Amino acid sequence: MKKLVLSSLLFLAFASAYAGGYRVGAQGQRALAMGHSGVAVVSNAELAFFNPSGLIHLENRLNISAGVTGVFSNVRYQNSNTGQFTETDSAISTPFYLNASYKINDWLAAGISVSTPYGSQVEWPRDWAGSHLVNEIELAAIFVQPLVSIKINDYLSVGGGPIFVTGSVNFNRNLTRSLVNEEGARSNVEIDDSGITNWGWGASFMFTPSDKLTIGFNYRSEIMMNAEGGEATFTNVPNSPAVPAQNGVVPFNASLPLPAEWSLGASYQFSDKFMATIEYNRTLWNVYESLDINFPSGAPSSINPRNYKDASIYRIGAQYEVTNRFTLRGGYYLDESPVQAGYFAPETPRNDAMGFTGGFSFDVSEKFAVDFSFLYLRFDEVDASYDFYSEDGQEIPFGGTYKSNAFLPGLGITYKL
Amino acid sequence: MKKYIFLSALASLALIGCEPEFDSSIEEGDFYSAGDADFSNFVSVGNSLTAGYADNALYVEGQLNSFPNIMAGQFELVGGGEFKQPLMEDNLGGLKLNGNLIQGNRLVLAINENGMPSPRPLAGDPQTDISNQLSGSFNNMGVPGAKSFHFVAPGYGSVPGVAQGTANPYFARFASSAEATVIGDAAAQQPSFFSFWIGNNDILGYATSGGSGENQQGNFNPATYGPNDITDINVFANVYSQALNSMNTETTSGGVVFNIPNVTNIPFFTTVPVNPIPLDAQTAGGLAQFYGLYNNQILPGLQGFGLLSADEVAARQVNFQAGEGNFVTVRDESLTDIAPFLQNPPFNLPPELASLFGQVRQATENDLITLTASSVIGSPIGQIEFMGNQIPLINGITVPLADQFVLTPQEQMQITQAQIAYNSTIEGLANQNNLAFVNVDAILAEASNSGVSYNGGVLSTEFATGGAFSLDGVHLTPRGYALIANRAIQAINQTYNADIPQVDIGYYRTIMPSNNVD
Repeated sequence: MKKLVLSSLLFLAFASAYAGGYRVGAQGQRALAMGHSGVAVVSNAELAFFNPSGLIHLENRLNISAGVTGVFSNVRYQNSNTGQFTETDSAISTPFYLNASYKINDWLAAGISVSTPYGSQVEWPRDWAGSHLVNEIELAAIFVQPLVSIKINDYLSVGGGPIFVTGSVNFNRNLTRSLVNEEGARSNVEIDDSGITNWGWGASFMFTPSDKLTIGFNYRSEIMMNAEGGEATFTNVPNSPAVPAQNGVVPFNASLPLPAEWSLGASYQFSDKFMATIEYNRTLWNVYESLDINFPSGAPSSINPRNYKDASIYRIGAQYEVTNRFTLRGGYYLDESPVQAGYFAPETPRNDAMGFTGGFSFDVSEKFAVDFSFLYLRFDEVDASYDFYSEDGQEIPFGGTYKSNAFLPGLGITYKL
Repeated sequence: MKKYIFLSALASLALIGCEPEFDSSIEEGDFYSAGDADFSNFVSVGNSLTAGYADNALYVEGQLNSFPNIMAGQFELVGGGEFKQPLMEDNLGGLKLNGNLIQGNRLVLAINENGMPSPRPLAGDPQTDISNQLSGSFNNMGVPGAKSFHFVAPGYGSVPGVAQGTANPYFARFASSAEATVIGDAAAQQPSFFSFWIGNNDILGYATSGGSGENQQGNFNPATYGPNDITDINVFANVYSQALNSMNTETTSGGVVFNIPNVTNIPFFTTVPVNPIPLDAQTAGGLAQFYGLYNNQILPGLQGFGLLSADEVAARQVNFQAGEGNFVTVRDESLTDIAPFLQNPPFNLPPELASLFGQVRQATENDLITLTASSVIGSPIGQIEFMGNQIPLINGITVPLADQFVLTPQEQMQITQAQIAYNSTIEGLANQNNLAFVNVDAILAEASNSGVSYNGGVLSTEFATGGAFSLDGVHLTPRGYALIANRAIQAINQTYNADIPQVDIGYYRTIMPSNNVD
């Protein structure tokens, strides 16, 4: 166990950068090790996130699973027309989860899921080529979902519950490509808000036509995060009425959707030791039309079209029980980017990705197991641009070549009683 | 168990260390190419335009946006080395000599309570004292104010010489010794590549002073020249060739030279129109009475005495009408001075009134009014009695604009003749030495005529709004300098078979708005 802690510390020490889109799939180490497919897998309390209706199928009365993932990501940018190049700076984010269920009787289980399915942290070098779009962004949202799982009959169970979200946002960019103050420092705005809350809901079912086949479906609703009265801090703005902003702090309003998503999947127990799973996710990103930042004090609004499209993820995974205490897992997924051509903004520099996953569980005792997973996200090199930034009413594309990868090692525990 | 953890950890570390790599990374040495040139030690020789001078001052941000510094940034992609500049102490730009201010701060665009913008000096106490000399050598050998012959003049960097007017305050800051020459200090660095842009001040001083200096054609001794004189074209050719040869030695891989733009394309001369004066009916009526006598009696009278030709009488007519678009009155030194005659019979005008008519004419479309005249035209300076009436004395109306505010067609011709001769020397020597050549004259003509498109707009030479020229109307903005850097890179790519990328000039600012003014 000590070694394990040491290893994870090493990961932190060697982290070179963090980035990622703003849906971060790392809500259960066992599912993550199988291509993050868990909607039709009855394994441990991770179900509270992936498919609450399945909780009633867990054998034990009390089930807990918790874990944390380190997200290390690198993004490189270059523009061969101008010779500009850079990469994102070191930073790390740690999505975590805590899932628990309690079987009240044969047909009813209650549970709770605490997770961080949305978040983003990208840190470009200050004043880099795309600094008029973003220098740094950090989004975080914590989902807390109390839930129930009800067994309707031997074949069907349903589950779900309300979702409470609390989130925070920090976003920094330069005002334009070239505006500086009297000392030549780039004019900048940083918006910051935390304690943004709202409610949503989730519902699911699980269908078990045979001992071997499990089919699951899960839905989580859209949740709009409305930042109202957050702080926008303008710095390095020249002292002039010709400039539509002044140094200082003003309130801002902005909205960022956490889109609805649904998952449909199946798992099949080929033998006592071998199980495989397949899953389809759809995230309804088209709700994210524009990131608009309004300043009630009268400064001009910042309108940033996003125009995302709904996107699919295709997942496969498998697990094999090597011994009765040791289980190996592997998986793969194809993650389609919601970003359309011409809308590739460097705040979420994600194009289509392939995720290669693996991991294992080790039962330390009857009650207690450790779960380890890793995910390597591979992105194709992409020539992309964001065409909707404007200065003086003229749209000015920002483009170049991006190449990203991400590595997510994760550690979790499973406890059952 | 331990083994699995160890292996997983190892695999994890291997992957974390695996940073994304481009198929073809521009950071790698072979993406771009220096061609036949070697940019490891790039040295720039020139005047204010090389130093990064803007807004009537040299200040740190302007220096960082000097065209050779922008070029050096791109050269880094093809083996370029560090580019050291004699940076000023601050972003105010004012200069002191032993604590006494000898040059004011940079101009910023201030906006008054009525919303009217005007260039005014940035407030603050400048910290650059030229007696604090910098040590070491500098890649940017841009010396604001230097004329061609100054580059080979010993003592041009002497601090005591600054007060005596024989040395240059900017060069005095970083000259290797009091007796050093600019070109000597530049050549001593044994540049592997150089830029060379001199000669602008050989006509510019004359031009911006409204032609108040002398055209020194035929005078081969520049030591006798005044600051606003036009350098003799043979003197220019000699020192240019001498200075260029000092740079273009066997140890250098090459260089880029720049010619001299036509001053009539710069906003210093294109901003203030020749006919900016609006008049109401009452004022126009008073002026018509005042000048009616002059037009209809005095001028024909002088013609009758044989003192003026019919052409001069026609040229001297002054007419003001109610409404917009009245032409300013100017003092034209090429006209016969009639003031002495007007003080004699039969006119018997008092001297101060006679002097107003001495060499006056109304401006024509062929005159150029300087930017500095904008704060002068229309300003009242008193009144004078004329036939029992109090006539207000107003600059540009009843008081003709002084010589320093007007570039007459004759003066423009002097400048253009010298410019053409200089440019012919420059291009000839560039070709002869197989150097890259940048036709700045054509670039600014393009910016003036059609504008230069870039990612985000069109760069033009219009004052304050065009983006290319800084608030002094003579020097460029960072965006303007970036355009020059790009055109120089184009020329280098062509001449030296190099492949060096150009910058996106939209990232470089234009004029600076600020109300931090006194």
